[in-house]
Amino acid sequence: MPSSQEELLQDLEKKARVIRSDIIRMVAEAGSGHPGGSLSAAEIVTVLYFHVMRIRPDEPDWPDRDRFVLSKGHAAPLLYAVLAERGYFPAEELITLRKLGSRLQGHPAFGKLPGIEASTGSLGQGLSISLGIALAGKIDHRDYRVYALLGDGENEEGQVWEAAMAAAHYRVDNLTAILDYNGLQIDGPVADVLSPLPLPEKWRSFGWEVREVDGHSFEELLAAFEWAKGVHDRPSMIIAKTVKGKGVSFMENAVDWHGKAPDREQAEKALAELLAVPS
Amino acid sequence: MNVATRDAYGRALVELGKKYPDLVVLDADLAKSTKTADFAKVFPERFFDMGIAEQNMMGTAAGLALAGKIPCASTFAVFATGRAFDQIRNSIAYPGLNVKIIATHAGITVGEDGASHQSVEDIALMRALPNMTVIVPADATETGKAVAAAVVHEGPVYIRLGRPAVPVLFDENYRFRLGRAEILRRGPDAAIFATGIMVYEALKAAETLAGRGVDVTVVNIHTIKPLDVETISSLAMKTGAVVTAEEHSIIGGLGSAVAEALAERCPVPLVRVGIRDRFGESGKPGELLEAFGLTASHIVEAVDLVLQRRVCGK
Repeated sequence: MPSSQEELLQDLEKKARVIRSDIIRMVAEAGSGHPGGSLSAAEIVTVLYFHVMRIRPDEPDWPDRDRFVLSKGHAAPLLYAVLAERGYFPAEELITLRKLGSRLQGHPAFGKLPGIEASTGSLGQGLSISLGIALAGKIDHRDYRVYALLGDGENEEGQVWEAAMAAAHYRVDNLTAILDYNGLQIDGPVADVLSPLPLPEKWRSFGWEVREVDGHSFEELLAAFEWAKGVHDRPSMIIAKTVKGKGVSFMENAVDWHGKAPDREQAEKALAELLAVPS
Repeated sequence: MNVATRDAYGRALVELGKKYPDLVVLDADLAKSTKTADFAKVFPERFFDMGIAEQNMMGTAAGLALAGKIPCASTFAVFATGRAFDQIRNSIAYPGLNVKIIATHAGITVGEDGASHQSVEDIALMRALPNMTVIVPADATETGKAVAAAVVHEGPVYIRLGRPAVPVLFDENYRFRLGRAEILRRGPDAAIFATGIMVYEALKAAETLAGRGVDVTVVNIHTIKPLDVETISSLAMKTGAVVTAEEHSIIGGLGSAVAEALAERCPVPLVRVGIRDRFGESGKPGELLEAFGLTASHIVEAVDLVLQRRVCGK
């Protein structure tokens, strides 16, 4: 275990780097998948699985575990990479992504792979599922927390707002949503396609406590998750400003890399960038 | 005596709530109509009114099931299966979660509210989903037993209930067996496979036919999925003439399910009594059943027709 904040940050940094490399390798090997929105949320998911969440990878069904629901299910490569890195299943299996018979389905499939908490992929559904898990925790007086990762474009789904309303109504303070605000969706910038902005104001008006952070800053993310644990009587939302395709120069802020796999040459270039030791 | 299946549902929930502490109930602002309000009164801490937001209700039910609860989610059939279809598909059926979708006000007997509220396609929608069990009880007694069976059954279940009071066919000794076709009357001349409120009409039709010397078999198909293909094909083979009867579209419902099974196993002449590819409309339930061809006399006509076809075929 890291002994200081400094070491913790270095450790998380290292983990995120491995996870990003895994994402590139998996998607390149599969020949399809969603690198952009997987790379943008790497720090968010890394900090959850390696520091914030109370989990037992060797006992994935432990009733008191914290839960993570990937509502933006197309970022499956990110989830698989972090689960493998955390020890839920062998990392060698990552390259089976999207292949016939694989436990690593194109979008997360509940029951196939240890650590997958819900079947997602049809956008807008993960927050409702998270609300249900959170409500069950309240009924049973269990103190687990539920984390749901949403995309920014996903806010265009009406069900998200049904869930937002209900979560505030039922005061589920054991539910924290994180919004991967990378600003892009398949057809272009979210502001141009069908603007769900302004996001903080909308979520606040639905009764949520909202905090905005730099989604690539481990320090800010750590502080935000600590803050969320202290929110009482209402759900909390962390709006994490991110860069789509983060960490790979030619993928950053490029709409085309939402759902496209790199070819061999591109993958090698991406991996070289990701594995280069920062100055 | 007439009792609405939704009334039986409300009573069953209260009993089951005492027996199963993990049973939770969700509704979408129709608790007084679906009768889940009965449960809410006794177990307020296990009841969640999710408001007029069916998609979120189904997703929340999925989450509750993931955490070990047995959620019963209720609203009108048209909203449950139509409005929230994708949530049932992806959040509930695909992962095979233990959610019970118990919908009321199915079919045209909703009455005066008209087509917007009359589901004629809900069986078709739910039947097409892998992992889903589909049950249509024939009366209040069967409803209570079917709901109890669904709560014990591991996996997603859709139960289709109605609005109006309907005749009680079974007494408390009736044994509900999930997935089993129940033969209510035996006769060699034709087999009527009926579901829901059409079971009563089929029994009445059988009486009329018997008066004319035609003895038919009447079978209650309360479980549309998994369909009791063995019983259905063996009776089709014995009688050589089949009629189906349902308060649902003939596309995708019981008639389709029976036709599919028999076409592969034992093709015999078949006539489907049901809603013939149209939406419902406003009116009194009885008037609508008459206007849409869903009464005992329509079943008698269907038997006459199928018997003519059997003769032609020979």
